[in-house]
Amino acid sequence: MATTKHILVALVKDKPGVLNRMASLFRRRGFNIESIAVGQSEVPNMSRMTFVVNGAATMVEQVRKQLDKVVETVKVSDITGDNVVARELAFIKVKANSANRSEIIQIVDIFRANIVDVAPDSVIIEATGDEEKINSLLNLVRGFGIKEIARTGRIAMTRGGKGPLPVQKKPPRTLAKKQKRPTK
Amino acid sequence: MKMTGAQMICESLVKEGVEVIFGILGGAILPLYDALPQYPQLRHILVRHEQGAAHAADGYARATGKVGVCFATSGPGATNLVTGIANAHLDSSPMVAVTGQVARPFIGKDAFQEVDITGITLPITKHNYLVMDAASIPETMKEAFYLAGTGRPGPVLIDLPRDVQQEQAEFNYPDRTNLPQYKPTLQGHPAQIKKAAKLINEAQRPLIIAGRGIIISGAYAELKELVEKAQVPVVTTLLGTSCFPESHALSYGMIGMHGMAYANLAVDAADLIIALGMRFDDRATAKVSGFAPHAHIIHIDIDPAEIGKNVHVDMPIVGDAKLVLKELNKLVDKTKHIDWVRKLDEWRKDHPSLIIRGGQSLLPQYVVRQIYEVTNGEAIIVTGVGQHQMWAAQHYWYDKPNTFISSGGLGTMGFGLPAAIGAKVGCPDSTVWCIDGDGSFQMTIQELATIAQEKVAVKIAILRNSYLGMVRQWQELFYGKRYVATPLSSPDFVKIAEAYGLPGLRVKRREEVAPAIQKAMAEPGPFLIDFIVEPEENVYPMVPPGAALAEVLEEPRKGAKAVKDSAKLPVSNI
Repeated sequence: MATTKHILVALVKDKPGVLNRMASLFRRRGFNIESIAVGQSEVPNMSRMTFVVNGAATMVEQVRKQLDKVVETVKVSDITGDNVVARELAFIKVKANSANRSEIIQIVDIFRANIVDVAPDSVIIEATGDEEKINSLLNLVRGFGIKEIARTGRIAMTRGGKGPLPVQKKPPRTLAKKQKRPTK
Repeated sequence: MKMTGAQMICESLVKEGVEVIFGILGGAILPLYDALPQYPQLRHILVRHEQGAAHAADGYARATGKVGVCFATSGPGATNLVTGIANAHLDSSPMVAVTGQVARPFIGKDAFQEVDITGITLPITKHNYLVMDAASIPETMKEAFYLAGTGRPGPVLIDLPRDVQQEQAEFNYPDRTNLPQYKPTLQGHPAQIKKAAKLINEAQRPLIIAGRGIIISGAYAELKELVEKAQVPVVTTLLGTSCFPESHALSYGMIGMHGMAYANLAVDAADLIIALGMRFDDRATAKVSGFAPHAHIIHIDIDPAEIGKNVHVDMPIVGDAKLVLKELNKLVDKTKHIDWVRKLDEWRKDHPSLIIRGGQSLLPQYVVRQIYEVTNGEAIIVTGVGQHQMWAAQHYWYDKPNTFISSGGLGTMGFGLPAAIGAKVGCPDSTVWCIDGDGSFQMTIQELATIAQEKVAVKIAILRNSYLGMVRQWQELFYGKRYVATPLSSPDFVKIAEAYGLPGLRVKRREEVAPAIQKAMAEPGPFLIDFIVEPEENVYPMVPPGAALAEVLEEPRKGAKAVKDSAKLPVSNI
């Protein structure tokens, strides 16, 4: 089956174990999560998660529905085909000395990245962008010798209009009575 | 009002209308058990193994439609529940399991009898909780019962550290849950229902496949109305058994690996499948690519994640079966499918899947048939897993709603006896028969002690063929008759029963069968019958693994293999 890269965005209640629940639904299907980014959302006590996974479209859709069923989940969207802005942040620690430091700074400038730490034998580059940009930057500085890389993984958002995840303004009634299952 | 965590659990159970708890105690859940005597309205049934507690709660839930409750202590108590929880999860049975946990300061330190049970049960519960302070118990309990019993039901586990049970806090039981993100869709989408009705009205060869969703939603009357109004024949899944009266003229029995040949041929020939509250399990569909090749498929299910999971669906409707059918019934035409029904009747005549051979040998099918005769088909039948389970599904006609309780999805041997205890406790006025195999029975045989101690009037029929029969059948048919590890020696079950203080009988001949069953029925309490049946009897019809439903094998001694004569039918043109 042809696999493609998918970006799934989830709005979830910020409770212990929720990441575990979500991740385990990928694991049991043998999906390798390429990246995962979690942080607070615009709603108090809600987190937004961005998953990047490789998989067949039907399998990913199946996982999406299962993720949607996790009790803490508000909504999960596959925004792969949408018009989205997607970025990740990377820290790259590169070997540097006084002889080549300025060359590194030039490359960093071209990529509109920043140097956030300078040590006698290394610098830390902070870069933001899509994966390709960060990969090209990595390729260019690889020659200096890379000591360490940390990447956040992608976060993504659809452009304009409403987000993929409707946010309820007022807490809806919980329908303990109304939604009671019809009895036999 | 201030009280301890343990009291709060009990108060919550009372508030939720719980009558019975199945469980075993231990150190980490002792404070909760210590509070139980203050609540005499909560009956506690002590089982002999926690797996039995989970199955009993499951059987209780299936028989009554209410949420079943089980207790276990931390560590091994909790892990022993796991099989029962997984079983309830796969068959969508509502259950709340409360486990003790080591005290909060010990969590994560590999303390005595500590396991991460919320981690272990993560993929087999609808939801689970580790309660870290007593103040959150009321809300947690409210949510747990709400989640277990609504939408697609399932098990919910609450892990309760010992010191949380002892902690004092204010008890205010909420009258509603705060779960805005959990909103099961109950009403079907009107436009989809309209389109589905159009498909039904245009179909030439429509067929309903009804599953356990009908039973869970109590949609018996609505299903019957649809069947009779649109004259659509009905087949069921294993767990759909007893959702539609099997003596009805339009009932064509069970489909699947051991379904009726004519039911499987009907699926193969239909031009429209109306799948109601079922999930296209591989044992029901057989080879997916050969499933209903001529048909459009309408799938009505409460769980959106089931839509399109196993088979391609043309018309999905997410909603509660009862509510969707109510709307659908308004839109379908009163019609007849005379040719189609005649065709099915012909198949039923040509492929009689339920004939029991004559002769002297005691056939297991004959025993099941006799239980049907003596109980007038009014008993609740609870089974283990194996050949006996299939015979119990095939040879007993289920006319009364929700009278067949069996482990479908997980196929848990040992389910029968404890589940029968749960069913009998939940429905004390019904006759409950546990039909079990000698292999399956011995996996939870210790629950005979529970039956004796609690005087649960379960009638037990063991079909002893001295093999792990279903596996032996596979070895016979697909592994060159190499009977590796399937021959099974068992104790004298009548003596075992006697040792537990229960009456029993051993039956070896056909003519003893009916009198033995009558004797069991006459006994007010529990009764065990050890039927020594034909050892190498096979379950037929059978769709071999990897084959399509239409490639069903019939009992070879009864005649030819079923012919796939639906291939010439046109593909649905609706």
